[in-house]
Amino acid sequence: MLHTRTIGELADSLERREISSVELTRHFLARIERFDPSLNALITPTPERALAEAAVADQRRSAGERGPLLGIPLIHKDIFCTDGVRTSCGSRMLDNFVAPYDATVVARLKAAGAVMMGKANMDEFAMGSSNETSHYGAVKNPWDEAKVPGGSSGGSAAAVAARLAPFATGTDTGGSIRQPAALTGVTGIKPTYGRVSRYGMIAFASSLDQAGVFAPSAADAAIVMRAMSGFDPRDSTSVDKPVPDYPAELNAPLKGLKIGLLKEFFDGLEGRNGALIGAALDVFRSLGAQTADVSLPSLPLSVPTYYVVAPAECSSNLSRFDGVRFGYRCERPSDLLDMYKRSRGEGFGAEVKRRIMTGTYVLSAGYFDAYYLKAQKARQLITDEFRAAFERVDLLLGPTTPTPAFGIGAKIDDPVTMYLNDIYTIGANLAGLPALSAPCGFIDDLPMGVQLIGPHFAEARLLNAAHRFQLATDWHTRIPRGYA
Amino acid sequence: MSLTRQDVEKIAHLARLAISDQEMPAYVASLSSIVDFVDQLSRADTGAVQPMAHPLAGQTQRLRPDEVTETDCREKYQANAPAVQAGLYLVPRVIE
Repeated sequence: MLHTRTIGELADSLERREISSVELTRHFLARIERFDPSLNALITPTPERALAEAAVADQRRSAGERGPLLGIPLIHKDIFCTDGVRTSCGSRMLDNFVAPYDATVVARLKAAGAVMMGKANMDEFAMGSSNETSHYGAVKNPWDEAKVPGGSSGGSAAAVAARLAPFATGTDTGGSIRQPAALTGVTGIKPTYGRVSRYGMIAFASSLDQAGVFAPSAADAAIVMRAMSGFDPRDSTSVDKPVPDYPAELNAPLKGLKIGLLKEFFDGLEGRNGALIGAALDVFRSLGAQTADVSLPSLPLSVPTYYVVAPAECSSNLSRFDGVRFGYRCERPSDLLDMYKRSRGEGFGAEVKRRIMTGTYVLSAGYFDAYYLKAQKARQLITDEFRAAFERVDLLLGPTTPTPAFGIGAKIDDPVTMYLNDIYTIGANLAGLPALSAPCGFIDDLPMGVQLIGPHFAEARLLNAAHRFQLATDWHTRIPRGYA
Repeated sequence: MSLTRQDVEKIAHLARLAISDQEMPAYVASLSSIVDFVDQLSRADTGAVQPMAHPLAGQTQRLRPDEVTETDCREKYQANAPAVQAGLYLVPRVIE
């Protein structure tokens, strides 16, 4: 079946003219039409545009062009601006917003010939760990439709898990790629801060936000990462550093690779989760990796640090939504202040308002030093400890999430409990480190992920380690029942 | 509760968010629990550490030449505006 093939296999079939991009795209569009009414993974499908782009990809190939993504369909998280297509960011605020330009990620993948089939559902403004804060309704987990797919990139994760697309884009501010990847049984990578351009990616917390990829395997993700990454003068924090040939480095042997086991990740880890991570570790050892114990004493400060820094940046970034230039405006405002307050009060959902207010509070007069400045100090401490750890080891390994996917509605009324879903993922964001989640087994028939964290710009090493792991295991090939 | 209703009303005003009377108790409770949670930072010993300025050590903000590089897209951009007239964004009257 076409939807169970890797990106590499699909590109080979396209190159040998066994199939056209139009046929391939039709296959995936038919799956979206069949499965998405219940999954709700997409906010805006774009089938006509997809078929037109596929026809262009076929023409480009006929004209002699080649490329690993030429004619391969994808789904973009609805946080990326797409010229001429509604870009809602999962919010009522942007329900009527048609982006007037392409995000750099979108432009790069388009230039590589990838075919956009639609925009994926997500937590509103990427604020959430369950996809339940979307204005467009919760996304279902294809492994169990009563469960969440994780978030905030839950639509992208569910779509790839259900094989509605060969790959999807996502963004990760505190775990929003890795956590849903783990909970849906796919591979997800968040690159180093500055590796992929943030231009045209609607800002949540600018010092933490980073774009990345969901794909069934690390080998597929490597192909997409190579096309997405690179310097962009339009993003002032984009790093001008050559992009390695990630696919070419996938097969390097792991002999001698030093994997650090974070004490803070293993203390208190639930038994069955610990057993899966232990089994993954055994696979890495059998491939020649060595392990060492590592401790980052400040790591337990990650979640409170994040919930000061991220809301602070969010309150500033989301001040642009004022009902004047774009987005929602309330009916019959009595004056300018009423227009601001009601447009924002009605246009934003509860979690977004909660984060804006948290950020406003920690930045307000009299509290700035106690919260924001203190958090940035803790953030520096955590980052310094990561740097010291990477002088001893090549990668850090641990769980991606504390539990498998939880029930829709189970945690939505308790924000702090919801925030603790990201306990293992937030550290990498605070330190700007690349990190990846790969499927490593099941608890109660629900997928779980193992997380690898690397030093800055070690994406090739993460993808290489995950690929070698996936050559030795088959967790990443499992497809939820009913979607094969 | 670490925050009072008055605190949250003040924060909501600063953030330019209209919060209804019915919604207010839930925000007072949830924001209080978030503030209590992040308060554990106050007990952390951060010593003489400098607050982080950039996640990648040694990175500085790039400057670019002060040149016009973007073309005029006013009509395209204003197509998303709730109310425009003659190329201007319309808002409720500010000056009587």
